[in-house]
Amino acid sequence: MAIHQIDPGLVPFQILDPEGNLVGEMPALSPERLLYFYRMMRLARAFSDRIIAMQRQGRATTFGSLTGQEAATVGLAAPLQPQDWLATSYREIASLIVKGVPLSTLVYSFRGYTPPNWPAETRCLPYQIVIGTQIPHAVGLAMAARIAGDPVVAVGVCGDGATSEGDFNEALNFAGVFRAPVVIIVQNNGWAISVPRHRQSAAPTLAARGVGFGVPAALVDGNDILAVYETVRQAVERARAGDGPTLIELLTYRLGSHTTADDASRYRDPAEVEAWRAKDPIARLQKFLRRRDLLSEEQDEEIGASVLAEIDAAVREAEAMPPMAPDSFFDYVSATLPPRLQEQRAELLRFVAPSPSQRQPGERR
Amino acid sequence: MALRPMTMIEALNNALALELERDERVVLLGQDIGLNGGVFRVTDQLQRRFGERRVFDTPLAESAIIGTSVGMAVYGLRPIAEIQFAGFLFLGMSQLVTQAARMRFRSGGAFSCPLVVRSPYGGGVRTPELHSDSLEGVFLQTPGLKVVIPSNPYDAKGLLAAAVADPDPVLFLENIKLYRSFRQETPEEYYTVPLGKAKTVQAGDDVSVFAYGAMVPVALEAARQAQQELGISVEVIDLRTVWPLDEEAIVSSVEKTGRAVVVHEAPRAGGIGAEVTALINERCLYSLLKPVARVTGYDTPYPVPGVEDYYLPTPAKVLAALRQVMEP
Ligand SMILES: Cc1ncc(C[n+]2csc(CCOP(=O)(O)OP(=O)(O)O)c2C)c(N)n1
Ligand SMILES: [Mg+2]
Repeated sequence: MAIHQIDPGLVPFQILDPEGNLVGEMPALSPERLLYFYRMMRLARAFSDRIIAMQRQGRATTFGSLTGQEAATVGLAAPLQPQDWLATSYREIASLIVKGVPLSTLVYSFRGYTPPNWPAETRCLPYQIVIGTQIPHAVGLAMAARIAGDPVVAVGVCGDGATSEGDFNEALNFAGVFRAPVVIIVQNNGWAISVPRHRQSAAPTLAARGVGFGVPAALVDGNDILAVYETVRQAVERARAGDGPTLIELLTYRLGSHTTADDASRYRDPAEVEAWRAKDPIARLQKFLRRRDLLSEEQDEEIGASVLAEIDAAVREAEAMPPMAPDSFFDYVSATLPPRLQEQRAELLRFVAPSPSQRQPGERR
Repeated sequence: MALRPMTMIEALNNALALELERDERVVLLGQDIGLNGGVFRVTDQLQRRFGERRVFDTPLAESAIIGTSVGMAVYGLRPIAEIQFAGFLFLGMSQLVTQAARMRFRSGGAFSCPLVVRSPYGGGVRTPELHSDSLEGVFLQTPGLKVVIPSNPYDAKGLLAAAVADPDPVLFLENIKLYRSFRQETPEEYYTVPLGKAKTVQAGDDVSVFAYGAMVPVALEAARQAQQELGISVEVIDLRTVWPLDEEAIVSSVEKTGRAVVVHEAPRAGGIGAEVTALINERCLYSLLKPVARVTGYDTPYPVPGVEDYYLPTPAKVLAALRQVMEP
């Protein structure tokens, strides 16, 4: 059991060691499910690489690398049911994919547009940019489920830096006071842009924050997808059974720069990065699967090719979607557009040259 | 004075270095301002030069950055806090508005709060959500707080020095688009540009345009086009301190021209433009030949990168407003 009523201590819960050896109790997962985890991790990494490449080509806006955090982000979403809610930051794009947000929707958003069809039925909130603000939302979603008497759990995910924000701590307190069916997950990737984890909190672990709020907590090897999956599964089960909230700290590492606008070589020791590269979460599951004869070399290559094909198709689809209309930002300001904003919209349209597709045939430029 | 061509980033960096040199009480705090030199490099090398005791990274907590700056200012230090993007001022709002701005008032003058909060703001640079918002209008109802927005490297340096010297809290907003857009001959030495004083960037007779930050070059371009196309002479005034306003500069210009346009990228409702217009009504309505026009961001949230250019005032939009106020 990884979840502790009091301080979870300093030793992270682990099922697979970095060499892919089983060092804990194997969760009940079918070979198909294990391969699904593996494929989703490969997809997450390839997706991140693709958007970063598109950003360099001017086809996408600022993007935060997902690389190194695939076990954490895939593993935390895998135990969720369709009726469960998920509120994340920009770093958990892979969690959204697992929960059912289409790749093309995400690509469209990274082109710098608001997707016209955000899949509300996945119960994923749009990924959050303002640090820590999604955690109160997750707790509120969980409080609502409890008030309504629904067997629904909410999961809120943020980074190590976010644990310094008031919102995070206030939300954790609410979770405890209201026994909310929520799982609050901290992806501790070692850094908040250039600020290392030890400069965020003098506490030895972020999981230790749970004790002070009366919230059971777990410290988990976030590069071990089996440990992540199993801990979150237990926490979700506890929440659904009415046993209240859990705080989970996932120890992982941001192998890339913070975003495409950042240069980590300014502040980070390359030796530290190399040490974490050796703990690559994808390689760890790969070794485990290979050793158990669950993944042949051919299958592995097939998976690599199929995730690329899936990403290609999503990028094609997103790039074929029309850009947002110039005046589209007047949509969704509120349920109805007040007359004042209708006037402002008309005012803007007087300055917008009609695009070629909007021009009538034969109309002059 | 020794002049050197500087970008606004370099001018601000130079201003901060001078403050750290000349006054032991000055400390810099914020997210990623140390080794990383700030996400825009405004504090580049300052931690190395002045040490971690005086230039330090904080945990990721805007409320505590501003709240502890209040404590340090009351103690006698001169904190200069950086909020990484102005949109995140909202997370420090309580400490800035209800505490920093009111310390002198609620202590009956026993304590003061001489702190500077610096923050990048402004659109057109394809940033993620809440990295481009212009918040100055929000602070028109924050008595006790001054709001300064420079439009060029020379002013940025001098105004920042004046903000640090000011006995009360100052919010210093730096336009992201202007950070590196041009260099200007700027003195290496210490100097101040007074707070609360607007600057006539271009004198003119027919219409007054009031702007600040990145809208100053937009206004100047519109003024150039208006001169060419309409044959009118436009006075362009850079407000520089947007709160409190330089009322004399505004009133005397409108008394001369009889027409006025206000330009800002912040939303229209209840903003600087509304306040300038009300001021003109109160002080020189009978000089006005036409109603004051406002060219601003719209009353919507700041849009996503793909459509943000449509949100921002452009020379074409300002020119249309100039045409409108010039109608007989
Ligand atoms: C409230 C707020 N303050 C500052 C920022 C700027 N910022 C963006 S990401 C980031 C660091 C976040 O670190 P962490 O919570 O560890 O998440 P990570 O990026 O490592 O996943 C900062 C300071 C922001 N987006 N929101
Ligand atoms: Mg982090």
